[in-house]
Amino acid sequence: MSGHPSTYEPKYAPTKWLDKRLPIIRMGADFMTYPSPRNLNYWWTFGGILTLCLMTQIITGIILAMHYVPHVDLAFESVQRIKRDVPFGWLIQPMHAVGASMFFFAVYIHMFRGLYYGSYKAPREMVWLFGCVIYLIMMATGFLGYTLPWGQMSFWGATVITGFFGAVPVVGESLQQWLLGGFAVDNPTLNRFFALHYLLPFVIAALVGLHVWAMHHAGQNNPIGIEPKSKKDTLAFHPFYTVKDAFAVGVFLLVFAFFVFYQPDALGHADNYIEADPMKTPEHIVPEWYFLPFYAILRAVPDKLMGILLMVAAIAVLFILPWLDTSKVRSMRFRPVTRRWFILFVIACFILGWCGAGNPDDIAIPFGEDKGITFLLLARVATAFYFAFFLLILPIMGMIEKPKERPESITKAVLGGAE
Amino acid sequence: MRNVFKTAIIGTLALAGVGVGGLMAANAAGGSSDYKMKHMHWHFDGWRGTYDRAAMQRGYQVYREVCASCHQLKYVAFRHLGDKGGPYYDDHYPNPNDNPYVKAFAADWTVEEVDLDTGDIIERPAIPADMFPPIYPNAAAAAASNGGAVPPDLSVMVKARTGGADYVYNVLTSYDKDDNYMNKAMGIKIAMANPLSDGLVEYADTEYTDKDGKVHIIKAPEATVDQMAKDVTEFLAWAADPKMEQRKSLGLATMLYLLILTILLWFSYKAVWRNVEH
Repeated sequence: MSGHPSTYEPKYAPTKWLDKRLPIIRMGADFMTYPSPRNLNYWWTFGGILTLCLMTQIITGIILAMHYVPHVDLAFESVQRIKRDVPFGWLIQPMHAVGASMFFFAVYIHMFRGLYYGSYKAPREMVWLFGCVIYLIMMATGFLGYTLPWGQMSFWGATVITGFFGAVPVVGESLQQWLLGGFAVDNPTLNRFFALHYLLPFVIAALVGLHVWAMHHAGQNNPIGIEPKSKKDTLAFHPFYTVKDAFAVGVFLLVFAFFVFYQPDALGHADNYIEADPMKTPEHIVPEWYFLPFYAILRAVPDKLMGILLMVAAIAVLFILPWLDTSKVRSMRFRPVTRRWFILFVIACFILGWCGAGNPDDIAIPFGEDKGITFLLLARVATAFYFAFFLLILPIMGMIEKPKERPESITKAVLGGAE
Repeated sequence: MRNVFKTAIIGTLALAGVGVGGLMAANAAGGSSDYKMKHMHWHFDGWRGTYDRAAMQRGYQVYREVCASCHQLKYVAFRHLGDKGGPYYDDHYPNPNDNPYVKAFAADWTVEEVDLDTGDIIERPAIPADMFPPIYPNAAAAAASNGGAVPPDLSVMVKARTGGADYVYNVLTSYDKDDNYMNKAMGIKIAMANPLSDGLVEYADTEYTDKDGKVHIIKAPEATVDQMAKDVTEFLAWAADPKMEQRKSLGLATMLYLLILTILLWFSYKAVWRNVEH
């Protein structure tokens, strides 16, 4: 898998036999001895955490699928049966629901990490691109899965999202009907959403394999963004990073368990405990928290098609990021000006999330009575900044910014007092 | 070490941000009147909270005698009443189907069934394995009897409203004195007339046999509107989340286990990295 010399020596006859035919043990052993930069910080533990998230979702999901009934008349009830009558269903179901939120929480940190330390730059473009595809499919999986409990938000969320396709010129209406399997969200929609929700996690798992392969081929990036130059710059993945990852996983699981056991509904919406009713539109249709920033971008423009295009562009821009950032310097640690823009970018993402949760016409930041900045205006400003960061700030800063002096090597940085 | 704190702080901030967003959404979805939701201290609040059994039992009585004239509990079975963590759980009857209270309560209801010999629809007394039966034959009948509004199912009501138990309690106790349909908590006139009035049900003392066979008697409180609202909310909170007690107790064990594991992993990390500058 990786370029470093293999140190695995089969000791026994069966392992020697196997090693000549399918060196699968060697692959695992090489994975463990993989030389990782010695200066990786805790932000680098989220790769391992995400692997755990994916496994948790797949395992709990398969168990849930054994008890769930994808039918409009029975889906809501079957979820209640799972929580009340299936042995440990009361544990598996919130693990899966909270697990989705934890998965997105971890993936957002992982992505911000990649942005901050320039992990998308040459020669790691493929790592980043596969990451973007994984994220896109994660979003699809999250959306499809949220439809399955067949609560009010499930139904109306699905109606709103599939409605986007109806805005496509000329073919929109037929496209939307083709996706729904009818004229509105109904049993055929629920059935296909269930089938796809079961399929996509395995697609993600395969893409994660490619993501990790590309990462091992190019080598891991690190907080200073200087490639390892000598053996002294690296440490074996095991035991150094297995133990560090394990500690981080422990902390992550504490947060995860807190939500599962004590706040299983805190990350969801009360309306989803009302069975879907096509005749009753909820007052506010709000997506899950992890989609709120994109929801805000969607609503930032008055035109439906433009809103959708803008939302798609918000994700598409991530795909071309490696070619937008013109700076050769990877880590923001050495880019004092861009670093500040990055912090503003993170704040803009949070503001977008806040705007996505609010009602566009409500006042977000009041000045005196009945006056102030509405969520709509705030969302517009944040959306503009979101795109400006990628399309203007990164390309321009790379050309005009004078980076700080960088250490010669990782070892120098570690031992020479620099951070 | 500094990095751990940094991560922890940023993680907390991120979650707090999410929480704030959620609260904003929740506020946006709330009513528009100037009524102030009364926040109650529930027995089931907090990380060690459990359901108040006596309150749940009285609450069941309120449900049976008042709410059940219109509202179903379709996801609850009679046997659930005798499950661990339920209002009538009894150590002596680990199988709730044997629990005499559960059997008696089930038999108090009538369910429909198809007679296999004749094909006629017959009625029989319910058994613990039955679900709480529907109150009306169908939604149209329910609407016709209630001025066009279908009385919602109450199985998950406490989870289905922002504010949860507080919301249910406030709805039941905030009717306008002069207008039987004006609900101040919801800020609108609703189809449900004020269902509670002082002394509406007659509470009996609650009996409860502990593990050693000792019988405890919990004196019945006065059946005020406030008391009945609290009791039925306690019961409905259980109906919406019947496994809460199991979840919390396993949660405590899990959190302790994870905490010890994480501390040990921290020391393993320190030990493995002790001679490595990084």
